[in-house]
Amino acid sequence: MWRLLKREIMVMWRATGVIFNPLMFLFLAVMLFAVGAPPSTGGGSAVASYGGAILWILVLLTNLLSLDGLFRRDYDNGMIEQMATAPQPLFMLLLMRISAHWIAVGLLLTLLSPLLGVLLGVSVNALVVVFLTLLIGTPALSFLGATGAALTVSFARSGALLGLLILPLYLPTLIFGATAIHDQVNGVDNPAALYWLAVVSILAIGLGPFACAMGLRISLEMQ
Amino acid sequence: MPEAIALRGLVCQRAGRDLFAPLDLRVEAGSLVELRGANGSGKSTLLRTLNGVHQQYRGQFTIDPCLFQGHRLGLDELLSPLENLRFAAALHDRQLDEDGAFAALERFGVVRYGLTRMADLSAGQQRRVAMARWYLAALPVWLLDEPFTALDADGQALLTQLMVEHCATGGVIVCATHMPVPIEAKTLLSLAMVA
Repeated sequence: MWRLLKREIMVMWRATGVIFNPLMFLFLAVMLFAVGAPPSTGGGSAVASYGGAILWILVLLTNLLSLDGLFRRDYDNGMIEQMATAPQPLFMLLLMRISAHWIAVGLLLTLLSPLLGVLLGVSVNALVVVFLTLLIGTPALSFLGATGAALTVSFARSGALLGLLILPLYLPTLIFGATAIHDQVNGVDNPAALYWLAVVSILAIGLGPFACAMGLRISLEMQ
Repeated sequence: MPEAIALRGLVCQRAGRDLFAPLDLRVEAGSLVELRGANGSGKSTLLRTLNGVHQQYRGQFTIDPCLFQGHRLGLDELLSPLENLRFAAALHDRQLDEDGAFAALERFGVVRYGLTRMADLSAGQQRRVAMARWYLAALPVWLLDEPFTALDADGQALLTQLMVEHCATGGVIVCATHMPVPIEAKTLLSLAMVA
């Protein structure tokens, strides 16, 4: 298993852009917000709360953008059909692949989020919650998104379709993530949002690889 | 001895449409089946069905553990040939024998490129790496789709020799091709299009 994860991370590292493009995109998008709607124009807790929510939405969109490349290359070079018929169970291979995607996109963006939060005027005590919600919530984004990517990989230009398919599935994650930040900013002690966020992520990690495997088998029929 | 492949009234379908007339065939160990048919007659689909990635078919078939080589080589262009062979072994839950892998790359004339990225190799050289993958896979049945594509005369000779060797050691090859395989002992299977 470790060999498979090592291979996934090695490929990610070699495919220039897989790691840096989402980082740069998120950074530039945050800059647009910081320039177009500077935190100083508003006032009070509303700005701090919005800042966290805006960061969440941008992370979500960045994730969506990175998903198209998740299986595209392996579908084109025939790796997916080799994986689908190998004795190693496909869901296990996909678990490795999606975990690598989470490390390269979700985890990296989470680690960068305190810096970006400051640019968006998020208060210091809310930064901790932004970081925490992203850490708990981004696995759901990768694992739910991978299912959509698996279903649409046989279409040459699937970007818009992928968005239509995946964004509704991202809603629960966004709602719980934004609620947790909002409660923290307003001094409400309500850990339920964080717990629900964790529930969504755990379900996505548990079921995502299986759904993803089914999606890929359907896509292979299209060839 | 049980047959390596048995087809009983097998018909592949696409979008609910039959591609060819029902096939009945028993393939014994050690035989080479040459799969012929016009463009679009369903050669690739038949191989994909036998390999298990195409699920729309009628009839039944049984097949021993098989290796599949489609038009897409199944080699990652960002990895070197050696890393690809290592991953192919990992997919079958085996540890790659590195000396054996180098010997195979040597045999197919690509050992010089063993550590360069696949993307830097020519189409024919990539085909030769794919041949090393089949050779190392140690699977009884090979399903090959147009294996002679992009190979030079030397490569085609190597491939022919590899196929003869595989059949001589009790392996089975089903090979879809437009160019007759230069081997005498073979079974011909023609796909007749249904009107």
